[in-house]
Amino acid sequence: MKQPLLLGKGAEANLYLTEWYGRKVVFKKRLPKKYRPTALDEQIRAYRTVHEPQLMHEAKKAGVPTPIIFLVDRKNATIIMQYIEGRQVKHLLNKVSKHDRQSLCFGIGESVGKLHEYGLIHGDLTTSNFIQDKNGKVFFLDFGLGERTKEVEARGVDLHLMKRAFQSTHYNFADECFESAIEGYSAVMNSEASKNVFLKIREIEKRGRYVAERKNADCL
Amino acid sequence: MKIKDDKKHYCLGIESSADDFGVGISTFDGTILANAVDAYIPMEGGIHPREAARHHAEVSSKILSEALETSGIGPQDLSVIAFSQGPGLGPCLRTGATVARALSSYLGIPLVGVNHCVAHIEIGKLKTGMKNPLALYVSGGNTLVAAFDSGKYRVFGETLDIALGNCLDVFAREAGLRQRQGLPFGAVVERLAQEGKILAKLPYTVKGMDVSFSGLLTAAVTAFKKGEYGVEDLCFSLQETAFSMVTEVTERALAHTGKKETLLTGGVAANKRLQSMIFSIAEEHGAHFEVVPKEFAVDNGAMVAWTGVLAYTNGSATPIDKSQVRLRWRLEEADVTWMK
Repeated sequence: MKQPLLLGKGAEANLYLTEWYGRKVVFKKRLPKKYRPTALDEQIRAYRTVHEPQLMHEAKKAGVPTPIIFLVDRKNATIIMQYIEGRQVKHLLNKVSKHDRQSLCFGIGESVGKLHEYGLIHGDLTTSNFIQDKNGKVFFLDFGLGERTKEVEARGVDLHLMKRAFQSTHYNFADECFESAIEGYSAVMNSEASKNVFLKIREIEKRGRYVAERKNADCL
Repeated sequence: MKIKDDKKHYCLGIESSADDFGVGISTFDGTILANAVDAYIPMEGGIHPREAARHHAEVSSKILSEALETSGIGPQDLSVIAFSQGPGLGPCLRTGATVARALSSYLGIPLVGVNHCVAHIEIGKLKTGMKNPLALYVSGGNTLVAAFDSGKYRVFGETLDIALGNCLDVFAREAGLRQRQGLPFGAVVERLAQEGKILAKLPYTVKGMDVSFSGLLTAAVTAFKKGEYGVEDLCFSLQETAFSMVTEVTERALAHTGKKETLLTGGVAANKRLQSMIFSIAEEHGAHFEVVPKEFAVDNGAMVAWTGVLAYTNGSATPIDKSQVRLRWRLEEADVTWMK
């Protein structure tokens, strides 16, 4: 095995690029978190390590590209998966033309729609979790916070978080990106279901802190 | 605007967004001369906005005189009046705003409306010497992870429902605990948590960079009422679970933004266990960690005064006809003209 190269130090896991039986692979290792009580920490890491590859596998069935899983080591909280050569959408969005940006976001919205339609929730739809390869195919990563459900509440939160991620990281064209994504989403979800999700997003937003629309509570 | 001698210009700031009425005085170069405060303590239940506002009106002149006396300056020495314009509870904010408008027009000096959340971050920077931190602001009314980028503090993570401090307070009340002046619910829970040993299984809810505490609170209260665990164990479990959640999202934001400083502020920042958790992730990511001193971490007038200085010396003032309070003024909607 070649000396692993630290690709990235995420909040949850370290990612190493290495070769494994002649393939370029990524080792995703969820490191123990000293701040959490050991019992809670082990439970969270073991759960996410097993859960993530399962959801990635199901995402493929839903028609959303995800890296191929080669090995899951529950005890060491490590996943070995295919290395996707490409660029993070986080870095792409600010560089491409308006047209490309919109079609990129439309495509991401379609993929999210496919996941939801299939009964999957991603749980962390930020632009650093999407990678576009050289053929233009967008891979989804990081399913550790995902879940299996068709509940409209979970779908709404998933999209709300994506909107928030656009607002904090791509504030110059957050609305445009989210609108394109919503168009893509509506294109694959049946219209009744997507309408319910959009209504739910508004409800979730009003539930948050300091939302101007939540006027009735202002009469205190 | 060029101020010739910053030491001889003063801003008086009024904070009244929730249960505290505070008046602070800051020089234009950031020396805090006074920071007087009086907290409204309800006989039972949570903060009743109208009762709290009545308290603020009653103590306002006393706290104002106290601040002026401590600072050693007179009202005629002031250059500008700042007030917490939002977010917060309507009646409470209005009481502070009324005092601020009266002072401003009586003294004939400018008025500056300040965003309460911005003020928490700015006083933290002033007191710790940080320049561009990732801030975790946790209090009874707020739970957010924010950092500066292009003219605004961007919110990376926040609570989807109730605030962290609110979660601890409500649990304490439901468990029949008592708070008093100088020993708020958060401190009571922290003290009991030190006696706790068993980690109860409570819902751990992290969604992306956001958190949710309402399910956790319900589960903890239910477990208490069923008598499944002792109150010490539940305080311990509630803290461990809730703090682990905010620490996880703070770490996500730290990895995402790559900031080199981590600032912990707000009323819950006083909790030693939370401090140790955030310190641990800051260390992990090679970021410098600081906690805002308690006096300036809770709601206070000094933070409003100092943020008023920053806004005013960078060309912002709030005409009286634009000074209505903004109950739901989000952090990321406030302009931060003094940072590049």
